[in-house]
Amino acid sequence: MLKVNNIETWYDLIRALHGISFEVKQGDIVALLGANGAGKTTTLKTIMRLLYDSKEEQPEKGTIEFLGERIDRKNTDEIVRMGISYVPEGREVFPELSVMENIMMGAYTRRDRKGINDDVERIFTYFPILKKRHDQEAGHLSGGEQQMLAIGRALMSRPRLLMLDEPSLGLSPLLTKEIFTIISNINREEGVTILVVEQNVNMALKYSNFAFLMENGRIVRADKPEALREDEDVKEFYLGIAKEVSVKGYKRYRRKVRFR
Amino acid sequence: MPFGQLFVEGLAIGACYGLFATAVVIIYKTSEVVNFAQGEMAMFSTFVAFHILNFYGYPFWMAFLITMLFSIAMGVLIEFLFLRPAKHPTILGMIVITLGAEMFLMGLASWKWGAEQQFFALPINPSVTYEPIKGMIINNWSIAVLSVSSLIMLILFVFFKYTRLGTAMRATQQNKNAAKIMGIRTERVFSFAWGFSSLIGAIAGMFFASRATLDPAFMMEPFLRAFAAAVLGGLMSIPGVIIGGGLMGLIENYFGYIWPEWKPIVAFIVIVLVLCIKPSGLFAKHYVKKV
Repeated sequence: MLKVNNIETWYDLIRALHGISFEVKQGDIVALLGANGAGKTTTLKTIMRLLYDSKEEQPEKGTIEFLGERIDRKNTDEIVRMGISYVPEGREVFPELSVMENIMMGAYTRRDRKGINDDVERIFTYFPILKKRHDQEAGHLSGGEQQMLAIGRALMSRPRLLMLDEPSLGLSPLLTKEIFTIISNINREEGVTILVVEQNVNMALKYSNFAFLMENGRIVRADKPEALREDEDVKEFYLGIAKEVSVKGYKRYRRKVRFR
Repeated sequence: MPFGQLFVEGLAIGACYGLFATAVVIIYKTSEVVNFAQGEMAMFSTFVAFHILNFYGYPFWMAFLITMLFSIAMGVLIEFLFLRPAKHPTILGMIVITLGAEMFLMGLASWKWGAEQQFFALPINPSVTYEPIKGMIINNWSIAVLSVSSLIMLILFVFFKYTRLGTAMRATQQNKNAAKIMGIRTERVFSFAWGFSSLIGAIAGMFFASRATLDPAFMMEPFLRAFAAAVLGGLMSIPGVIIGGGLMGLIENYFGYIWPEWKPIVAFIVIVLVLCIKPSGLFAKHYVKKV
């Protein structure tokens, strides 16, 4: 469905993505994992073409295809109209609009009044708290509620692919679990394909069908979550299952393996 | 002290400031640019109306309509030609660009119509007066200003609150990238904001011109007053601007009655005081970002 082919993205003189390729299949939940600065958010922003402002043409090299059509030179609003929806890192709700207005902004690309009203109801069944708060300003919601609002808002455009950037950012483990449960419900019930970027590797592996591991702007592992779970390196570096102990019995923190 | 009379007059001129200040606010609300060319844009549109009336001899309503269309086109064009080509401009850079546009328009108007003062009249007779309450004489000009500006404010209020495009404009101001992600064409939103605000500015400009005279610099002072009113209202909210404009007009009128020689300065004293005491303006909502 989404095919990213060998893209390179530059921030001025720094190459942030060194030729990334991956594919997201219809109906899957795909996780993009990695440490800080690995280039996960940059990948999503490149797909949405939000880096257009900071430099003329991004990605500099490579192609991005969505449903067989190239989107790497399309404007963000066209990409949205084609059916990709993006929940940015740190929610980015419109703080001074009410919750309802935020949700309606999600349906900006649509005209069918009846369908929109049905979708609002549907989103309220996923996130009942939003119904209770529908008159409040979004900036006055709690972090978890804002995240729910951001996801609900993104669903309003009836996307075929939903990209989530760190939905667990700043949320308690309980709330993270709730959000992930809802995400997998959305995937199952609506058939929305999901691409999720996460730091919380454990949680992401639990809910996804396929995962890519990124490091320093490259994809270093691509596998089923069950396989990644068993991978010794992933276990040690991402899941925190300590293995390596020196002769004296200290844990060594220096990384020995580079994924290349 | 003719209290009631000063009140009516102050309110009328205040409504005029408020109307013009909304033009400033609309642009500020969507793109966070303070448009210093606003006064000259209005001046230019008024000159166009003047030209159509005096040289072609069209009836007023026709001249008015053409001027409105012209002002929208001019607003869109100025945004397109001056602001859009600027690659990641800072706020200061944007302000300097609008200052440049201002000088450009002023020079163009001086070249086309000359710097001498012209007479511009609306089809209302300002010497017709009514006295509904004893001591409160209201003339036709004031009635026209008050009714037109309240109508426009009402339209704006409904537009920003209840329409899709109005909400999208507010959304763009609050978070441009998030607005893009929603599928909002932010460039079009900016064009629209400039066209719209240019139109409102042109209406206000005609009122100002019919009160005083028309020359290439006639909007300087009203612009600064209206800007003071906008700052007073917090540069953000339409109701804030209405109250700000009204207050501005009233303060100026009462002050001007007591110390006539201080009248032109009051506006600036007000700006300084407001910025000292409450830098965000009297009615600005201070928003604290929550993580």
